[in-house]
Amino acid sequence: MASFDVHKIRKDFPALHQEINDRPLVYFDNAATTQKPRQVIDRITRYYEKENCNIHRGVHHLSQVATEAFENTRKHVQNFINASESREVIFTKGTTDSVNLVVYSWGEKYLEEGDEIIISALEHHSNLVPWQRLSKKKKAPLRIIPIDDNGELIFETFEKLLNEKTKILALTQTSNTLGSIIDAKKYIDKAHEYDAKVLIDGAQAIMHQQIDVQAMDCDFYCFSGHKMYAPMGVGILYGKEELLESMPPFESGGEMVDEVSFDGTTYNELPFKFEAGTPNVEAVLGLDTAIAYLEDIGIERLAAYEEELLEYATRKLKEIEDIRIIGNASRKTSLISFLIGDIHPYDAGTIIDKMGIAVRTGHHCAQPVLDFYRIPGTIRASMVFYNTFEEIDRLVEAIQQVKKMFG
Amino acid sequence: MTIQEKAAEIEQEFSQFDDWMDKYNYLIEMGNDLPLIDEENKTKQNLISGCQSRVWLKARYEDGKIHFAADSDAVITKGIAALLVRVFTGQTPDEIINADTEFIDKIGLKEHLSPTRSNGLMSMIKQMKLYALAFKTKKEQNTN
Repeated sequence: MASFDVHKIRKDFPALHQEINDRPLVYFDNAATTQKPRQVIDRITRYYEKENCNIHRGVHHLSQVATEAFENTRKHVQNFINASESREVIFTKGTTDSVNLVVYSWGEKYLEEGDEIIISALEHHSNLVPWQRLSKKKKAPLRIIPIDDNGELIFETFEKLLNEKTKILALTQTSNTLGSIIDAKKYIDKAHEYDAKVLIDGAQAIMHQQIDVQAMDCDFYCFSGHKMYAPMGVGILYGKEELLESMPPFESGGEMVDEVSFDGTTYNELPFKFEAGTPNVEAVLGLDTAIAYLEDIGIERLAAYEEELLEYATRKLKEIEDIRIIGNASRKTSLISFLIGDIHPYDAGTIIDKMGIAVRTGHHCAQPVLDFYRIPGTIRASMVFYNTFEEIDRLVEAIQQVKKMFG
Repeated sequence: MTIQEKAAEIEQEFSQFDDWMDKYNYLIEMGNDLPLIDEENKTKQNLISGCQSRVWLKARYEDGKIHFAADSDAVITKGIAALLVRVFTGQTPDEIINADTEFIDKIGLKEHLSPTRSNGLMSMIKQMKLYALAFKTKKEQNTN
């Protein structure tokens, strides 16, 4: 793609320019976390050099500057995901924290014995274990939407699972293990026919596609900053205003309160009700810059390039004898999970790492997915817009080396 | 041979190789010499937790010495198990409990010591030392 200058983009990411085991690093573990552009790193530095102070508290100049930057980020996120109000955007620690907030706050209030929760067989543990705990505690059965051999959710089974007892559907938009992209809207609309709420785990989707929470009509949307080129330690919970208003606070402490006496406490309004304690200001400001960076390139443009990477990698890997690609959904994000013959993913991963390539091996925190395929784990190469076709060639070369050693 | 002597011997063997690939190939070869645990003993009880690959370890106490058998579904992990079994088998519980594991660092497998590698090297050592401790305790109880 002539208009997409990957070599220019790579210059923005200092961490990509280093040698691992005497070879230039190939970073293919982007689904775990992405590298950060210079702009984001500089933003954090500037905050600590010029702006550091606690927000929403002081009347002094620094506090006002930091508070404004913090609240501008909230508006920025609002625009980025097209939420209708900025108070629908809650800053959390990450996707896991966002899911837990909903489980403990909404779940505690609205879920009753005998109600039903639906999740899918593709869920990351972070959108599975919290619901499992809630299910046990409330004696509210947990129903699972199964997958087929390609790693696609079976919609017909989902329709059968739905009934008037279904209170919530918690669904990943993109599988972190197989790469399958779900048609979230279709599931959301169907669940709404039964008045069930829908939480979408967007951790693996937000950096690859334009998200519009209003068009999607989800009730909650969760994602992490660190998987979209922002710092670690910040995530977002989007929730429909009316719903968030009706929910009790999750954590309590400073910032989330209105009036406090020893007789009782009244809570602050949205979004502060859900943001107890001093937030991770540096990470939030870094997120602001990361979003600006993505908007500058254009999500559509980078997604088109990532699709080309996926297409090339799939073709190249399929040319290698004995390669088994796990997950062949019709719509996939730019990641490939695979196995090389009978070689254990751990053995393969060790040698691939020695060749200077960072891939993930193991169960990817989604053990039920691997149980379905009856495999102990996979090797996962997850690519983003700063990766190159040459790097995919390096992976192919490393796989050949693995085959030579263990084949 | 003492644990130190065995470790020195292994260090010597690995020092022949400059290239990481040769080191790994040698480690893989060592895996072939590992006294294998019987299939019926590949139970959950003998499985070492904390490994990305599965590792089974069993110990036998005979004439004051401990003998280990192990297996793994990953070849590199099996090599690492073989290395440890070679060093610790035939030693007394006290020697195993007090052994240091510096030699792993010296032979250039340092990265495997990091707990984040989750290949279970540390877990294997810990489990071997626990066996040693258990045999020692049992022996002392019998003597009393």
